[in-house]
Amino acid sequence: MKIKKWIQAGVGVGLGVAAFGARAAYELNLQAPETPIASQIYHLHSLIMYVVLAIFVVVFSAMFYSIFAHRKSKGHAAAHFHENTMVEVIWTIIPFFILMGMAYPATKTVLQMKDTSNPDMTVKVTGYQWKWEYDYLQEGVHFFSTLSTPHDEIVNKVAKNPNYLLEVDNPLVVPTGKKIRILIAANDVIHSWSVPAFGVKQDAIPGFIRDAWFKVEKPGTYRGQCSELCGMDHGFMPVVVVAKTPEDYAKWMADQKAKLAAVAEDPNKVYTLAEMKAKGETAFTGHCAACHQASGMGVPGAFPALNGSKIATGDKAAHINIVLHGKPGTAMVAFAPQLSDTEIAAVVTYERNAWGNHTGDVIQPSEIKALRGAVTTATSTATHSGSGA
Amino acid sequence: MAHDATHDHDHGHAHHPSGIMRWVKTTNHKDIGTLYLFFSLIMFFFAGSMAMVIRAELFEPGLQVVRPELFNQLTTMHGLIMIFGVIMPAFTGFANWQIPLMIGAPDMAFPRMNNWSFWLLPVAAIFLVGSFFLPGGAVAGGWTMYPPLFIQGGMSYDLTIFAIHIMGASSIMGSINIITTILNMRAPGMTMMKMPMFVWTWLITAYLLIATMPVLAGAVTMLLTDRHFGTHFFNAAGGGDPVMFQHIFWFFGHPEVYILILPAFGIISQIIPTFARKPLFGYASMVYATGSIAILSFIVWGHHMFSVGMPAAAQLFFMYSTMLIAIPTGVKVFNWIATMWRGSMTFETPMLFAIAFVCLFTMGGFSGLVLAITPVDIQLQDTYYVVAHFHYVLVSGALFSIFAGAYYWLPKWTGHMYNEKLGKLHFWLSVISMNILFFPMHFLGLAGMPRRIPDYALQFTEFNQIASVGGFIFGASQLIFLFIVLQTVRGGAKATNEVWEGAEGLEWTLPSPAPYHTFEVAPLVR
Repeated sequence: MKIKKWIQAGVGVGLGVAAFGARAAYELNLQAPETPIASQIYHLHSLIMYVVLAIFVVVFSAMFYSIFAHRKSKGHAAAHFHENTMVEVIWTIIPFFILMGMAYPATKTVLQMKDTSNPDMTVKVTGYQWKWEYDYLQEGVHFFSTLSTPHDEIVNKVAKNPNYLLEVDNPLVVPTGKKIRILIAANDVIHSWSVPAFGVKQDAIPGFIRDAWFKVEKPGTYRGQCSELCGMDHGFMPVVVVAKTPEDYAKWMADQKAKLAAVAEDPNKVYTLAEMKAKGETAFTGHCAACHQASGMGVPGAFPALNGSKIATGDKAAHINIVLHGKPGTAMVAFAPQLSDTEIAAVVTYERNAWGNHTGDVIQPSEIKALRGAVTTATSTATHSGSGA
Repeated sequence: MAHDATHDHDHGHAHHPSGIMRWVKTTNHKDIGTLYLFFSLIMFFFAGSMAMVIRAELFEPGLQVVRPELFNQLTTMHGLIMIFGVIMPAFTGFANWQIPLMIGAPDMAFPRMNNWSFWLLPVAAIFLVGSFFLPGGAVAGGWTMYPPLFIQGGMSYDLTIFAIHIMGASSIMGSINIITTILNMRAPGMTMMKMPMFVWTWLITAYLLIATMPVLAGAVTMLLTDRHFGTHFFNAAGGGDPVMFQHIFWFFGHPEVYILILPAFGIISQIIPTFARKPLFGYASMVYATGSIAILSFIVWGHHMFSVGMPAAAQLFFMYSTMLIAIPTGVKVFNWIATMWRGSMTFETPMLFAIAFVCLFTMGGFSGLVLAITPVDIQLQDTYYVVAHFHYVLVSGALFSIFAGAYYWLPKWTGHMYNEKLGKLHFWLSVISMNILFFPMHFLGLAGMPRRIPDYALQFTEFNQIASVGGFIFGASQLIFLFIVLQTVRGGAKATNEVWEGAEGLEWTLPSPAPYHTFEVAPLVR
């Protein structure tokens, strides 16, 4: 691909941008492919670029020759021809055959990309504003994956780390050498799950399940981003996939299950205010702060403040209800399917006792359990409940 | 249609109101053309300044200038206003001025409706621009308005839907007017196959508008009822389908793309023969190519949606149909070059913009071909590659053709020659900075940078900085254009009737500036 890079760089020179072209940071092509499909895409793109560049050179050489040779200032007199059926038929037919030559390999790749049959394992991916959920259907393990870049880096208070905006707390972990099928859906708006090195980009559509597949050979960390505008923090919900050897993957999966068993919560436990606030702050940061802000002040006009709000300082049941079931027609989604009773109790407790709110209320998981399931709203389309976690 | 040559018309200027009421009440195609063009110019600077803020924010990683929610409002409104408030009104302005002059008609077929179609636009513009000041700010869901995101928004979303309805009504009325004028009011002897290409391209564009604007109106009406009246067209929980919106939207959206470029083809097809001093090569094939592009535009919408996960058969159909469009488009490019071939060319500003159009629009066409290949599109969908692609066709395509047309016809409209030196300066600054601005975006997209994000990962920094610098130069260069236009309106060297040495066509038989009323007696075309 060196030649192509040179050609592209050459075009850049002509346009006055490639004075910087020699530096390594200026990536000029698709990301290095890591799956068979991504590599087919890479070569398809290269093929088309060669064809296109060849046509461009031929056609525009003719034009620029004409511009230099057939000008009035050189005394060139205008000819008077204005049609030639033979030439016109030829330049209609030749492109048709060039296009057929491109369509053939592209068709083969399309058919392979669409073939999600006989996977070795299946993971369900659900997009939320603004995080991903990964659900290992056969293993009963699921978790959320949110941006882990510190806020201070985003607002330029501290230096940015090399994986700025491309890092998450819990990446999707997959084994190498296996055909992995992903089922993709969304909970609120349309998102798009994309990993360029795998050649996968599939929109996550609320209420519908779509699928895609990949098979990665090399262990490593692969990064992508949400690729469909999904609201304010669209730019802040990266996709990170860690590929491990099957042995390491099995170890990782066993660890996950052990961890789950260890933190299994007793739904009847009674917590103190301090315990609940601490738990609540963690959950608030992961699930609520994107809109309502860490300061509880929200974003005026778009996302309401919780600090001093009627809901967060008024009736408990109403407060719990809006967290459980969301507010239809707004960005406030139902958290009943996403969070456990304990987490919801903790978040509500935190919101009622953080910032300038001092209600002193401690909500217990049992209260959430009682209110959960009372009403389900039409907006919730998630297909499973997280209450067992 | 009969032309009543004995009609008791006024020769002076006393019979139409002066001052502001002249413009409010005018039914004269030239006045209305001028209104459209100035409206477009004002909106161009408005939507352009939004782009400047976007490029400032994207100059470095991190959030510096605007917050993410305002960033999304800016990208959305930049797109909506540039499409519906700049490019489309500019072409309609050209149509109003030029179609009657080119076919030898005294005015448009429905002068009062013409006035109404224009004056709807400022109303829609006020709704769009005013929505920035509503609680929650302007629409931030992208110009494509995809639900369910669009359902989440506040009051400004309803106002935007209303604005789109109004602009749609304006476009439909304008199109009815243009079609009726072209079909019924041509001078004797001006057969269809003698019409200037600009008239042909607008005739076809007007049909596209009439076919697709109601579809868009339907789509946004469904959004409105989903938002407020409990319907579930696009809500899966109620049995609807969010993807259905995309199908309906792009059934409008792809022909819309050609609405934005066919008149540009027309303008370029007028300018190149003039400055090559040679007739347009392959006139008939040009007409057929335009028609084929228009027809094909109705069966390619799915290529905007390859990543939603259509069945393989649908992906293949849309890939093949999209690739076919390259053929008639190629014919047009070959025809333009064959027109230049063995001509006697001079390079005044309109010709420079026309040549840049042919070259750079073709680059946009090539990246379109890359995007037509479904598997490659899946890598590039919703990345900066797409942003680069559509800016090559809309900036160096549509916008450059508007510049070219403005320089070409300004002398006829104002009676003054524009300042050629400044025009060339405007051209060179625009064409160079436009490439510094948009060319690096191809690389950003290939490397995987998603579009519509206010902040980006570190490996995208350098190309974003280059693009931003190009953007600021491009933005500043447009002030030269504003200056040239105003200067030419106010005064300048007297233009001759023919204006350009090689110009052919009815409009060049008229004095410059064209009198308020023209072709009251139809000319005879041989």
